[in-house]
Amino acid sequence: MSAPTLTGDKQPLTYRINLAQPLDLKSYEAQDGYAAVRKALKDLTPADVTKTVKESNLRGRGGAGFPTGVKWGLVPMGADAPKNKYLVCNADEMEPGTFKDRLLMEGVPHQMIESMIVGGYAIQANRGYIFLRGEYILAAERLNKALAEARAAGYLGKNILGSGWNYDVFVHTGAGRYICGEETALINSLEGRRANPRSKPPFPQIAGLWGKPTVVNNVETLCNLPHILTRGAEWFLGLSQGKSKDAGTKLYGISGRAKRTGVWELPMGTTAREILEERGGGMKDGLNLKCWLPGGASTDFLMPSHLDLAMDYDTIAKAGSRMGTGLLTVVDDKQNIISVVRNLEDFFARESCGWCTPCRDGLPWTYKLLCALEAGNGCTGDIEQLEQMTRFLGPGKTYCAHAPGAMEPLQSALKYFRSEFEAGIAKSAPQVAA
Amino acid sequence: MSTANQTIIKLADLQKIAPFALSDEERHAIEHEMTHYEDARAAVIEALKIVQKNYGWVPDGAIAEIGKVLGIPATDVEGVATFYNLIFRRPVGRHVIKVCDSISCFLTGYDEVKAAFSKTLGVGLGETTKDGRFTLLPICCLGACDKGPVLMIDDDTHFDVAPDQVGKLLEQYR
Repeated sequence: MSAPTLTGDKQPLTYRINLAQPLDLKSYEAQDGYAAVRKALKDLTPADVTKTVKESNLRGRGGAGFPTGVKWGLVPMGADAPKNKYLVCNADEMEPGTFKDRLLMEGVPHQMIESMIVGGYAIQANRGYIFLRGEYILAAERLNKALAEARAAGYLGKNILGSGWNYDVFVHTGAGRYICGEETALINSLEGRRANPRSKPPFPQIAGLWGKPTVVNNVETLCNLPHILTRGAEWFLGLSQGKSKDAGTKLYGISGRAKRTGVWELPMGTTAREILEERGGGMKDGLNLKCWLPGGASTDFLMPSHLDLAMDYDTIAKAGSRMGTGLLTVVDDKQNIISVVRNLEDFFARESCGWCTPCRDGLPWTYKLLCALEAGNGCTGDIEQLEQMTRFLGPGKTYCAHAPGAMEPLQSALKYFRSEFEAGIAKSAPQVAA
Repeated sequence: MSTANQTIIKLADLQKIAPFALSDEERHAIEHEMTHYEDARAAVIEALKIVQKNYGWVPDGAIAEIGKVLGIPATDVEGVATFYNLIFRRPVGRHVIKVCDSISCFLTGYDEVKAAFSKTLGVGLGETTKDGRFTLLPICCLGACDKGPVLMIDDDTHFDVAPDQVGKLLEQYR
C-alpha cells in the first residue's frame, strides 16, 4: 500500500512535513507559508482573527479540549489593556504515550513560528514564548533557526509588515518535570520558579506570566491557526467530514505492540478501530488487544468493545474516559493489568511536584499498594483502599489535574479488571484492623 | 559548647575549599539570556544549564554566583536546581544515559533494556560507573513512543533499542 499524497486541503498540519530536511523560509513561503501572517496583519483586525477562530470551533489539542477562541476572548484588549501581554506555546510534550508535537516542530518548524505570530496578533501580545521540553534538542535547534530566518525577513520585530505591531518570539527550554505541562505550573517554571501550580482564579488570561495577561496554547492547537485564516472557518468545520461535531483534523497515533506504530493526521472523529486496524494494521501476530488508553497516561482505559467510538472529545467522554492527546496506547493480552497500572502510578508519584498533600502522599501510597498486589502480597482491604484513593485524589481535592489524572487509569482498571486485582491478594492475607 | 563552635564551617571557608567563579563567557551567556525576559529570574534554568554544560553538573559554588548575576537569593537558585531532573546537583559520569520508563516503552521492552544496561555497566538507576564514564538515570516519556524502547545518551536520542545492542551503543561513548 503506497502512502497517499498529503494535501494542504486535507492534511493541513502535516502536508509540508519533512523530517530529514525541513523547509527553509523560502521554500516554506513558496508553499503558502506566512500567507496567514500577511493576511492577518494587512486585512484583519485582532478581533477578526479571534472571531474566525471562534467560528471554526477549534478546541485545545493538548488534552482538555477548551475552545481556543473563547480562551482568547478573556484577554483584555484595546487601549486600556496592559502593555505587556504574552502568548505561550505549551511544547512541554511529556504525557506518556504522546509524540505528536515533536513531529510538528521538527518536521515543519516555520509553521510553528507562523502560528505563534498569528496567535500573538489576535491577543496583541508583545512577546511569545515556546516552552519546549529540554530533551527536544533537535526541535530547539530547528525552531531557533526558523526564528532567525523569520526575524531577518521582518515577520518578527518592530512594526511587523508595516502594521505598527511589535512582537518577538523566544524558545525557552525546560529542564524536565512532567508538571511543567500544567498551564499555571508552566508559567511558574517560565518565570524561573519551581513548577508548582497556581490556584485559579485569577486565570492566566487576566494575570499569568509576570502577572500579565497570558494565553497558553498547545503546539497542535496553534498550528491549526494559519490554515483557519487562509482557508476559512467553513473549510475547517468541514474537515471532520461529518464524523464528529468537532472541527478540523487531529493527529492520531498508536504506540504499544501494534503492527505499525506512528502518527497520522485524520479527520476529527475517526474511529479508534480505523486508527488501530487500518493505520496500525492491528496488534502484532499472536497478540490480542486487552485495553487501550485513548490519549495518554492520564486517561481512563477503554476496552476492545469501545473501538468503534469516534475519537472526539464528547464521544470518548461519554464512554467514561477522555480523548486526551488522541494518541492511543494499546495494551496487549500478555500484560498483567496491575503491572501496567503500577508503571503508570510510579510515573505519577515521581512527577508529583509535592505542593499539595493528597498528591504528594497519596500517589506513592497508591504505587506501594500496587507493588504489593503485583507481587501477590496484597492485604485484605487493599482494593478498597485503592478505590478510596480514586476519590481522595479525584477532581476538586487537589490544586491541579495531576492527581485526578493519575486516578483515571487506576479507576478504570479497577472497573474492568477487578479479578486481576483480587488475584493479587495474598492467600494468607492478614486481616486489616478495622 | 566550645567543641560545637569549632566544627562550624563558615561560608567564607567553604569558598576557599571549593572556590567557584563564573567565567566571563558564562556570565555573558547568562546576561544575554536575561534580555529575553521581563524579569531576570526567568533565566535561572538557562544559567544552571550553562554552568552544567561546562562542568557536567552544578557545583555548590555556582549556586550563589548565579544568584548574584540574576539578583535573586542563592536559596531560590537552589530551590530551582533541586526541582528539575535535568539539573544535576551531584557529579555525574562523562556520559549520562536516560532510559525512558513510561508506559509505551514499558510495553515494548523497557525492563529488558534497563536490565541490559545495569548488567553491562554494573550499576543501578541513579548510579555512576566506577570509572566515571556513565551515569544511568530513568526519564519520563521522551515523545517517540512509536519507536520504543527509547533512550537518550547525552544529547542523542536512540530509538527501537534492543537489549543485545546495548554493548555496541555504549562503545560510541568513550
